[in-house]
Amino acid sequence: MTSTAHIDVHHLTRVEGHGNIVVNVSDGAIEKCEWQVPEAPRFFESMVRGRHYSEVARITSRICGICAVGHTLASVKATETALGIEISEQSWKLREILKHAENADSHVLHAYILVAPDLAGAPSVFPLVETMPEVVACALRLKRLCHEWGSLIGGRTTHPTMVVPGGMASVPTTKELAELKDKLIAAVPDLQATLETVKALAPNVPAFDRPTEYIGLANDENYGLYDGEISSILPDGTQQRYPVADYKLVTNEFVVAQSTAKYTKNKTDSYAAGALARFNNNYDKLVPEAKEAAEALGLAPICTNPYMNTVAQVVEVVHSVYDSLRIIDELLETGVELEPLAEPTRYGKGANSVEVPRGILFHEYEYDADGICQGGNCIIPTNQNHNNIQHDFNALVPELLEADKSEEEMELALSMLVRAYDPCISCSTHALDVKFVR
Amino acid sequence: MGKPRVAFFDFACCEGCQIEMTNYGAEPFLELLNHVDIVEFREAMTETTTEPIDIAFIEGSFTRECDRERLEQIRERAKIVIAYGQCATTGGINALKNHQTDYKQFVYGTDSDMPHLDSQEAKGVDAAIKVDYYAWGCPVNKYEVLQIVQHLLHGKEPVIPNYPVCVECKRRETVCRYHEGDHCMGMVARAGCDAPCPAAGIPCEACRGFIDDPNIPALEKVLVEQAGFTPERAAEKGRMFTANALEAAK
Repeated sequence: MTSTAHIDVHHLTRVEGHGNIVVNVSDGAIEKCEWQVPEAPRFFESMVRGRHYSEVARITSRICGICAVGHTLASVKATETALGIEISEQSWKLREILKHAENADSHVLHAYILVAPDLAGAPSVFPLVETMPEVVACALRLKRLCHEWGSLIGGRTTHPTMVVPGGMASVPTTKELAELKDKLIAAVPDLQATLETVKALAPNVPAFDRPTEYIGLANDENYGLYDGEISSILPDGTQQRYPVADYKLVTNEFVVAQSTAKYTKNKTDSYAAGALARFNNNYDKLVPEAKEAAEALGLAPICTNPYMNTVAQVVEVVHSVYDSLRIIDELLETGVELEPLAEPTRYGKGANSVEVPRGILFHEYEYDADGICQGGNCIIPTNQNHNNIQHDFNALVPELLEADKSEEEMELALSMLVRAYDPCISCSTHALDVKFVR
Repeated sequence: MGKPRVAFFDFACCEGCQIEMTNYGAEPFLELLNHVDIVEFREAMTETTTEPIDIAFIEGSFTRECDRERLEQIRERAKIVIAYGQCATTGGINALKNHQTDYKQFVYGTDSDMPHLDSQEAKGVDAAIKVDYYAWGCPVNKYEVLQIVQHLLHGKEPVIPNYPVCVECKRRETVCRYHEGDHCMGMVARAGCDAPCPAAGIPCEACRGFIDDPNIPALEKVLVEQAGFTPERAAEKGRMFTANALEAAK
């Protein structure tokens, strides 16, 4: 058994934003075992004060460059709730396609660029350009496809422009939608190749199980990326739903004595959000192709290995491609027309939610009678996972010591665990925790 | 001679401009790698370097005194420093809090005095170090970035527009937002994006910053007289991505 280890990963690489891992073990005693987040705070909830409702999503989109689509959608949906705006069925469908595009886009980036190097024994994707050129080319092709997919609906993928309160400022032509359909179908071989790559690397995914609570959006119609109620599932299969308006009763942000971080918890000590949480909550709603992919990759609900989050992401990519094809067919059937934006019917307070790649995201705003924002609140998935990552650390470090792992192996295992959650630390409106006691 | 060594560094930002690097597709990106060596890029790679760098891309705003030293170290190692994206060029969206005095209390309440929540005015990185070139935009125009790199590799000066977005709207025959009953900041906004927003039915928010010497009184007059803004809202409009430039122009 390993009895001494000092791990100090300053600014963990291949994650979005800045995080540290600090573990001190002396004479077999774990003196310190922390996941820390020293990201520069940016104060978005304060910035939106005094801005017109049409500007708010353009500001809060900038919380995150990877899940900008999700922040835009959550923000616009919350504003629409606050202003009593109902969007058309066409806008709803276009936003669903956009949401799929973002999920696939971010998951491709995460699985190929951020995680795959660990599984392939490389420090980054760049050495793989030489050693696995086909895999890298496939990754870049899929990334580009997702960028074009999202840009057609959203204007662009990094800070989309076309989603505005009341609907869509601009819509694609049916010709453009048909072209998107062709591109998605043409990408099926790359999807297959991705599944083969993941299957080949899957034996390198560490075995580690820590049952926890899984929280994500769910509804009776579909997989619940764009809309739904808050759904919790426990490892024994107990499922419960809550209205999105009650999000604060589920997130229960709190400060713990030994840390300045705001943590969240619901039924158990901590909960997980993200692809694995969605998969565990909504497995039944996956399209058949995605269920086949899950089976091929050895993923079944309720999965309690957090490292498998990346595998769940790949299953979701398959789901997003095929479900988008279904929605595109519906739009091609009805035709697409530029519609006037739905107008506010009241001015007040409203909260809403979408699933972003890293999990459930809540935005809430309040507006005065002139439509000027009085303040906001954003609870982001990485913030919700923070507590769960810490609890994973607490369970994993003793296991690693028991298994006689070297310092280097432990550092890699912990780094890979954090990466598996795909943390998005720039979304740091609440995710703040720094303790540099050595 | 080896390939030029390129590195990416990030400060207070969303890292979306780094993400734009992954959106070129296979051929353009792999071609780029034929001409430069990417030696440090924390968001995408574990490798780091202490060796000199030919081109350093710095993303994010300078918001904390404690970041000054890291910026100075990058400057010392880099032949060319490019402020990459609007947060780095001008402070960008982060500067939207600069005129507020209670932002910490508003977001963090009683926790707001904790030292790690320290945040001063958000500024461009040129408030701390010398910057050689500016890649404007929130996010950057990834094709303009390629052009900047191409020019530098050929020893040429990159050409960055310093005329307003209105020029690009006229060029692509977009109906003016004001004719549609909307508002817009295109007349004072720096072009170079090809004006996609007005063409998609939304106003220009000047996410590439203002042109040099923007006529702010004229902007406010048009917002009031043509778009029906209250004078207060018109005076605040220009803060969006350009809060520091707006203060400087006043």
